[in-house]
Amino acid sequence: METKNIMIVGVGGQGSLLASKLLGRLLLTKGYDIKVSEVHGMSQRGGSVVTYVRYGDKVYSPIIDKGQADFIVSFELLEAARWTEYLKPNGKIVTNTQQVNPMPVITGAASYPENLVQKMQEKGIDVDAFDALSLAEEAGSSKAANLVLMGRLSKGFDFTEEEWMQAISQSVPGKFLEMNQKAFRLGRES
Amino acid sequence: MKTLMLGNEAVARGLYEAGCSLVSSYPGTPSTEITECAAKYDEIYAEWAPNEKVAMETAFGACLAGKRSFCGMKHVGLNVAADPLFTISYTGVNAGMVIGVADDAGMHSSQNEQDSRHYAEAAKIPMLEPSDSAEALAFTKLAYELSEQFDTPVLLKMCTRVSHSQSVVEPADRVMPAPKPYQKDGAKYIMMPGNAKRRHPVVEERTRRLTEWAETAPVNRIEPGKDHQIGIITASTAYQYVKEACGDTYPVLKLGLSWPMPEKLIRDFAAGVSQLVVVEELDGFIESHCRNLGLSPIGKEKFSCIDELSQNIVAQALGKATAAGCKLDENIPPRPPVMCAGCPHRGMFYTLSKNKCTVLGDIGCYTLGAVAPLSAIDTTICMGASVSGLHGFNKAGGGQGEGHTVAVIGDSTFMHSGMTGLVNIAYNESNSTVVILDNSITGMTGHQQNPTTGYNLKGDPCTKIDLESFCRAIGIKRVRVVDPYDLAACDAAVKEELAAAEPSVIISRRPCVLLKYVKTPGPILSDPAKCVGCKSCMKIGCPAISIVDKKAVIDNTLCTGCGVCEQLCKFDALGGKKEG
Repeated sequence: METKNIMIVGVGGQGSLLASKLLGRLLLTKGYDIKVSEVHGMSQRGGSVVTYVRYGDKVYSPIIDKGQADFIVSFELLEAARWTEYLKPNGKIVTNTQQVNPMPVITGAASYPENLVQKMQEKGIDVDAFDALSLAEEAGSSKAANLVLMGRLSKGFDFTEEEWMQAISQSVPGKFLEMNQKAFRLGRES
Repeated sequence: MKTLMLGNEAVARGLYEAGCSLVSSYPGTPSTEITECAAKYDEIYAEWAPNEKVAMETAFGACLAGKRSFCGMKHVGLNVAADPLFTISYTGVNAGMVIGVADDAGMHSSQNEQDSRHYAEAAKIPMLEPSDSAEALAFTKLAYELSEQFDTPVLLKMCTRVSHSQSVVEPADRVMPAPKPYQKDGAKYIMMPGNAKRRHPVVEERTRRLTEWAETAPVNRIEPGKDHQIGIITASTAYQYVKEACGDTYPVLKLGLSWPMPEKLIRDFAAGVSQLVVVEELDGFIESHCRNLGLSPIGKEKFSCIDELSQNIVAQALGKATAAGCKLDENIPPRPPVMCAGCPHRGMFYTLSKNKCTVLGDIGCYTLGAVAPLSAIDTTICMGASVSGLHGFNKAGGGQGEGHTVAVIGDSTFMHSGMTGLVNIAYNESNSTVVILDNSITGMTGHQQNPTTGYNLKGDPCTKIDLESFCRAIGIKRVRVVDPYDLAACDAAVKEELAAAEPSVIISRRPCVLLKYVKTPGPILSDPAKCVGCKSCMKIGCPAISIVDKKAVIDNTLCTGCGVCEQLCKFDALGGKKEG
């Protein structure tokens, strides 16, 4: 099998590490070779962060390069727009429509671009943009947006809901399990 | 059972399986998780040392006592530990000793891009370089075997992409090596000139024997390729990019031992291909070795010594086509890292900025005080450089600068190497003001304990170094503590200590707002009726405040209610809580 590439992008602190952990657990049970590359340290502090998840028969590079991502999952709209160059021509972006202003926008040195979803679609990019934050709040916490996004992403994969749920139960502490499972289902069924 | 592990976690597993008994390290991205993961094994004594030099000497002492030991650090930490490194090379070890060092090509979280492989050659110590987590585990265990077989410390070189990538590993059981009781041996361990002169030839002979070992060692392997027009020598994460870009097209010589390098193996490999190519990150280290052997590889002219490599960079340099993605015709504003909402450093940096201070900075989260709009830092060099630099700045500049120049340094960095600089200020009497930004944790690397927090690596209560007493004990008479959330108190402290004609220390104390035990009051309100849009609150660069339609708006998901912005608002538009 050719290596599949999933990028998880967002703003430092939004929970992308849990999303990649969950994917890693799931893919491991399916017997794939896997590499997951994360960002730690300085760039985490509210900066633009990216996690690479790659799986297949044999995976060499831990990172995904331009033009290689099958999926880009984005926690924030501007971040989806930032990484479009990494998408394969027939790849897909699954993005939260939440907007988090970066410091240059907050200080007025730059402005947050408008109509980003439309601009991506005009370029022929397959974009699935939705309000993951509201669904997360419906599930019980705005912090569960990562699971809502994973649920939405799961629609593009052949893995069963049971397999996803098992991976979630291995990745999330017990007291938050029910809420996270609910968030995943809301994303998957949306 | 197969499992996914970070490269760093796999090193820790390797330590466990190899029967390592002691780990002493100083945190530094991307090396930190090796030690954090090692601490989870009850069989390993693991600790945070105040700095890398102490960590390495501690590990040496442990190996002398007969237990396998480890110290871990980032690339710049090895500079701090370079002093023992070069002489432990001469003494060799008793039980095995491994030194983990993690480079940061691309400078994801570092102040320079130095290549640690030069240390292996300079200190004449073998260096293993894994390219994924499975190798990280295996090479860690091999490192102990080499250490004991060749009587040498062994360097285990990681890099950001190996340290912080998860890949599949198969853990095994812990096997304890036979005990090696300490035996007095002055000729080996007392490195005064007479003995050291006799040890140096031993070191050279060891390198010769290691070079011989490198010729046939399984960690240096040739992978066959169909096209012998070129042959690629590579190592570490660069190997992964080569395989990703070229598959089995070209023969590849993968070096697992970066130092010393084999000679015959490289010559034979080169002889079987029309053009030798070296693909390596950062400096042309393998390339130089090939040139010393009289070979003419293509190297750094095609694969830059600047920044990380990637599969596309490797493919393009080899003349292969790469896929192109679709870029938007849109100006996407950058999203640099920022000081967190509620960060206790913010109030002090605002005060320093307002007082137009020249600020010699240091290494930690607070380096972000350099970013606009605070723009409150003038220099960042290395751990401790703020304090010693300030002393030199004031001695040379005299009265011109003394009244408005300070050093800022975190609690952990102060313990690491700021305190020796402060001793210099006290001893040589410069009129210097040092601000210790005490957030009661090592922040940037992800909340590690340090000698001032009162807890050890395992989370158990332990001796807490009292900063005030410490500063007074070394001779600083003016020591005061301020709460950085209190802007008036910060302003008074900075003005008064700068005006005083003697050395002084201001301890700006409040725990990191991200610490679990810190309870915050929660988001404040902004009143659009009172806000006049003066943007005074925007001077502190808080990510929770923005101006929407000329009025200040608070982001409820970020605001912690620290109250610093409230003190800047002259119109009482910020503050208060939601009812209920």
